Amino acid sequence: MKYKIPKQDINLKPFMSRPPRFNLKNVIMRTDMVYKCEIINIIELTEIEKLFHLKILDEAERQIFDFRPGQFVMLEVPGFGEIPISIASSSNNKEFIALCIRKVGRVTDMLHQARKGARVGIRGPFGTSFPMEEMVGHNILLIAGGLGLAPLRAPLYWINERRDEYKDVYLLYGTKDPASMLFTYQYDGWEKVNNIKLFTIVDKGDKNWKGRIGLITELFQEITIVPDNTYAIVCGPPIMFKFVCDRLDAAGIPMNRMFVSLERRMHCGMGKCCRCMVGSTFTCVDGPVFDYWSVLNLKEAI
Amino acid sequence: MIYKVITKKEFKKFINGLIASNETFGPKQVDKDKNGKPIYQFREVHSFNEMDLDYTLTYSSLKNFFLPFRETLSRYSYSGDDWKQEIEYRVNPRVIVGVRACDINALCKLDDIFIHGTFPSPYYITRRKNTFLIGLDHIPLEDCFCESLGQLDVRCGFNLFCTDIGDRYYLSINSSKAFNFLRNVKTSDPTQSDDKKWIERKKFIKKSFKTHVEVNALPNLLDIEFESPIWKKWGDKCLNCGTCAMVCPTCYCYGIEETIAVSLKSSRKERFQYSCTLVDFAEVAGGHNFRPFKEDRLKYRFYHHYHGFAENANKQICVGCNRCGRACLAGINPKDVINDLILERADEV
Repeated sequence: MKYKIPKQDINLKPFMSRPPRFNLKNVIMRTDMVYKCEIINIIELTEIEKLFHLKILDEAERQIFDFRPGQFVMLEVPGFGEIPISIASSSNNKEFIALCIRKVGRVTDMLHQARKGARVGIRGPFGTSFPMEEMVGHNILLIAGGLGLAPLRAPLYWINERRDEYKDVYLLYGTKDPASMLFTYQYDGWEKVNNIKLFTIVDKGDKNWKGRIGLITELFQEITIVPDNTYAIVCGPPIMFKFVCDRLDAAGIPMNRMFVSLERRMHCGMGKCCRCMVGSTFTCVDGPVFDYWSVLNLKEAI
Repeated sequence: MIYKVITKKEFKKFINGLIASNETFGPKQVDKDKNGKPIYQFREVHSFNEMDLDYTLTYSSLKNFFLPFRETLSRYSYSGDDWKQEIEYRVNPRVIVGVRACDINALCKLDDIFIHGTFPSPYYITRRKNTFLIGLDHIPLEDCFCESLGQLDVRCGFNLFCTDIGDRYYLSINSSKAFNFLRNVKTSDPTQSDDKKWIERKKFIKKSFKTHVEVNALPNLLDIEFESPIWKKWGDKCLNCGTCAMVCPTCYCYGIEETIAVSLKSSRKERFQYSCTLVDFAEVAGGHNFRPFKEDRLKYRFYHHYHGFAENANKQICVGCNRCGRACLAGINPKDVINDLILERADEV
C-alpha cells in the first residue's frame, strides 16, 4: 500500500535470543531479562538477616556475570518484586554469589521463607565499584554500621585474596547490639589469617558482651590514621555517614580517597526510574559507590 | 532536511491516505473545562475532518504513547518448582498528526534517556521507531513559555513538520518515509515568496509569547537556593497528587510492581508512571524516607526539570508547555516558582 507504515519488529533482532550483558553500556539488549539462579545455600546470620548463596543456572550467563567489589544486583522474586542488593561475596568466586538480606519488606519476607533449591532471578551487576587497584600499597580503613558490613565483604575478600599488596587494613564495625552483629563466624579468620585489625562496638551491650559500648565514631580513638597513605570506605545507615565522614575529613584523608556506598530506593537499576536520584544523578549508575567530593557536591547525598 | 510546499487541500488528501492505511491519532476535543474552554486530547481518528488541527494544546502530553501509564515488562509462568520469564515488545505502527513543537522536543529529551542513555529501553525504542510523527506549528497560549527554554524550533525527532503559511503548509521533511509518502500527492519546491512567508510566520509566533521565564542561571541558582524558604512556601501549597508529572511531556519517573494472577499460574511485571511529588517516592525498606517533606519533593521536581540529571548530560528537561501549571489543583506553576526563586536573591542585593 502506498501509505502503509512499515512494521519494524524489534522482536526479530538477534539480541532477543542473547542473554543481556549488563557490563556493556549503550547497547540494546533485553534489559529486563533476568539470569535464573538457584539458591544453593542459606546461612542464618541473625534473627532477621540471612545470607543466600545463588548460583546462576545457565553456563553462558554464569560466564558473562562478572562484577567488581561494591556493585549490586537487582534480585527478582517472580511475582513479588525486585530489590537492589549489594554483592557480599568475592568477585573471584565464579561458582556462586552471596547476598546478605534483611527481612524488612514484601520481597525479603518472601525470600526468608525460601528453601534451598528455590529459583530466583538476578539482573546485573550494576553501578560503580571501589577502586581496589588504586588502593594497592596503602592502608585501608573499612567502616561499617549494621547491615553495611555486607557490601564491604566484597572488597574485604578482594583484599584478603591479595593481602600482601595492601598495608594495614582496619575494619571498624558498629551495631545496635551484639545479637545483630553479622558474619561473627569470620572475625577470627579475618584477624588471625588475614591480619585485619578488627574493632567492634555496640550501642547497647548484653550480659555476655565484654567488648566496647558506644557509637562507632568512638573507635577512631583507638586507631592512628595516616592521612596521606589511607583509603577509607564507609557503609552504613543514613545517619552514620555524616558523623563518620566528618571525622575522616577532619583526620585529613583526601576527598578522592574516601568512599561511601549509598542506599536508595530503586526500581530499575538502570538510570531510568529516577527513584534513587541523589543530587543530580542516580545511585544506580553513578553510585552506589561515590567518593567524598561527589557526596559534598550532590545534594542530599548524606 | 528537505523542504516542500503543499496546499491545504492536498494535505487533507495526504492525511486521509495515511488514515486509511494506518492506525492514526490526532487532536480532538474531548470535553470542556469549567470556563467553557475546550479540552483536547490525542484520540484515534478515522478521517481528516474528525481532527481539530486548530487546537491549542492537548491536556495530556504525547509522552504516554511512548511511556504508557501502565505497561507489562515481562511475564512469569510457574510450573512445579520452576518458572519461566517471557518478554515481548509490542510493535504497533501508527501515525500521530498535529503534534506541537513542545511535544516533539520533549520526545527528543526522552530519546536522550531511553535510547541514548546507559541502558537503552527496547520498550521505548520499538514504540518510537514504529510511530510516524507529523508536527504542526501553532500560536502560543498566553502561558506557554517554550521560547524562553529555546524549545520553539524543532530540529529532530519527527518525520514531517508543517508550518502554516496561509493557504498552504511549508513542509520540513525529516525522513525518507515521509518523503516517499508525499510522492502520492502534489507538492512543490518552495519559492522565494514561500520562504519569506515561512520566516514571517516564525517571527510572528516568536512575537506572540506573553510569558517569559528566565532559565539561564537556573542550574546554579537551584544549587545556591537549595535551602531557600521559598521551597517551604510552595511546598506547603502542593497537594502531592502527582498531576503535574502525569501531564508533563518529559516527566518519566516510574515504579515497577508485580502481580500474581488469580490462577496462581503466572505473574506480571508492570511499569507504571510515578511522580516524585508522591510521598513514598524515595522511601526505602525499613521506613526511612529520604525526602519526607512536601517541599523536598517539590524542590526535586524543579531540580530535575531545570538543573538536569547526569543521565542526559545535565540538560534541562522542561520544554515550557506549562501543562503542569494548568493542571495543578493548587495553582502552582513553574513561572511563579522560578520568578520567586530569582527574586529572592534580587531582594537582598
